Amino acid sequence: MSEHAQHLLDNPPASNPVDAHPHWQRFAPELPADRVVFSEVVPGGGHWSWRLSRGMALRFVALDAHANCSVVLYAAHDPLERYNMPDSLKAQHTAHYERGHVLMSDMGRAMASVTEDTSGWHDPFGGLLDARRMAAKYGDKRFEAARNGMHRSGKDGLLIEIGKHGLGARDLIAPVNLFSKVSVDDAGRFHFHTGHCPAGSMVELRLDMDVIVAISTAPHPLDPRPTYAPAKVGIAAWRKGPAPADDFCRHFRPECARALHNSDVLALC
Amino acid sequence: MNSTPATTASTTASTDLASTLKASPLDPATATLRHRQPAGEPWLTEVKQGQTLRILDLEGNQAVDIIFYNRHEVAEHYSASETLLAQGSIYLSTGSVLLSNEGRPMLTIVADTCGRHDTLGGACAAESNTVRYALQKKFMHSCRDNYLLAMAQVDAGLSKRDLVPNINFFMNVPVTPEGGLTFADGVSAPGKYVELRAEMDLWMLVSNCPQLNNPCNAYNPTPVEFLIWDGA
Repeated sequence: MSEHAQHLLDNPPASNPVDAHPHWQRFAPELPADRVVFSEVVPGGGHWSWRLSRGMALRFVALDAHANCSVVLYAAHDPLERYNMPDSLKAQHTAHYERGHVLMSDMGRAMASVTEDTSGWHDPFGGLLDARRMAAKYGDKRFEAARNGMHRSGKDGLLIEIGKHGLGARDLIAPVNLFSKVSVDDAGRFHFHTGHCPAGSMVELRLDMDVIVAISTAPHPLDPRPTYAPAKVGIAAWRKGPAPADDFCRHFRPECARALHNSDVLALC
Repeated sequence: MNSTPATTASTTASTDLASTLKASPLDPATATLRHRQPAGEPWLTEVKQGQTLRILDLEGNQAVDIIFYNRHEVAEHYSASETLLAQGSIYLSTGSVLLSNEGRPMLTIVADTCGRHDTLGGACAAESNTVRYALQKKFMHSCRDNYLLAMAQVDAGLSKRDLVPNINFFMNVPVTPEGGLTFADGVSAPGKYVELRAEMDLWMLVSNCPQLNNPCNAYNPTPVEFLIWDGA
């Protein structure tokens, strides 16, 4: 076999053709096995998207240090309803996300809630690495020479993913950058915290309505490290169930309670 | 847990309040257009490349919510995240270059007697009012109703999908180092203004904010004035 076909070696045998590996057992073994639906190990720079129902949860685990995972959310019933960064921040008087916070749509509904979190800060300012900035910072590394080791930008990754669902560049919204911490000083300047995400950092988003979720694990655009080395991210999807009456997020702030109420009503309609 | 080492992002624009204050040499008597924008109402209009646009806070502390679009390709819109990423800071003032989602300059702030403008606070909407204040606030007038009506009345090819995070001129939304965000009393006052040079042909979608539930308009929405000068 030529070296160019090495990637065929780990394909499944015909006798056991579905290679749906239980990756979650390595990075999220605490999850109830009967409720895990799928899991993935997304390589650094990778991208994917899913259509997920209300009550599903995505558990994200940084498999190496320095992870970044950009997330955008669109309502599955009508992608015109989408995650809205300003509405979410001003409703909760926050400039970061942690356990308890709710990601809200422009229609005043909870789309996803931060139900578990070991890191305490996820960046909501929506920065995305684009091709121009990526080339200027890391140099050129394209498919022809690097094959799947090529550099991928967060912007292109999300454009590919939302394109799968009929959405275009004008629909690309400001993402949440999971695992990244960007603080703002008194003069308004951004500060990127390089040591914020050790390997094993975990955050969970519970979906509060049926959504299209798209993610990219490309580097954060403010990450000052000079080499392109985004971390792998493990993602496990499981049937957690919709927010109960005593849900932590529901009681985190009155605004969270009302946004979740608005989603509860939608689910009954 | 959050005391991790911080690295300063590169900045191309200063955000020190005092250092960005700059008066304009332009004389209102020579303006091509003077437009009084009533309190709480929308306006969707063209601004041409090279024109200078002044927004004048007539009575003080009036939030003016604006989104800009490329007039020849409306899929290109103002991008708060591109703009903030490029300048490395969150407040807009003299020297700030307003970038599009394609990373291109749309306008440059060339004068500012207020000193700070917000682009994180978004535009109020009936639905977000239900979340922020009370479910029963949903029938109050809002910026997004203004935007939707203006987009329905002017054939610019714009619709709800194009309602991206806007600029709130004259609004003060400080972010704390601990990651809090507050709607503070305005830093504006009667007669303060901000002036922008258009770097491309634009649609300008304005809502003169009608919000009564927080201090962004000092609980008293008031008219503002737009002045436009043609390029030299």
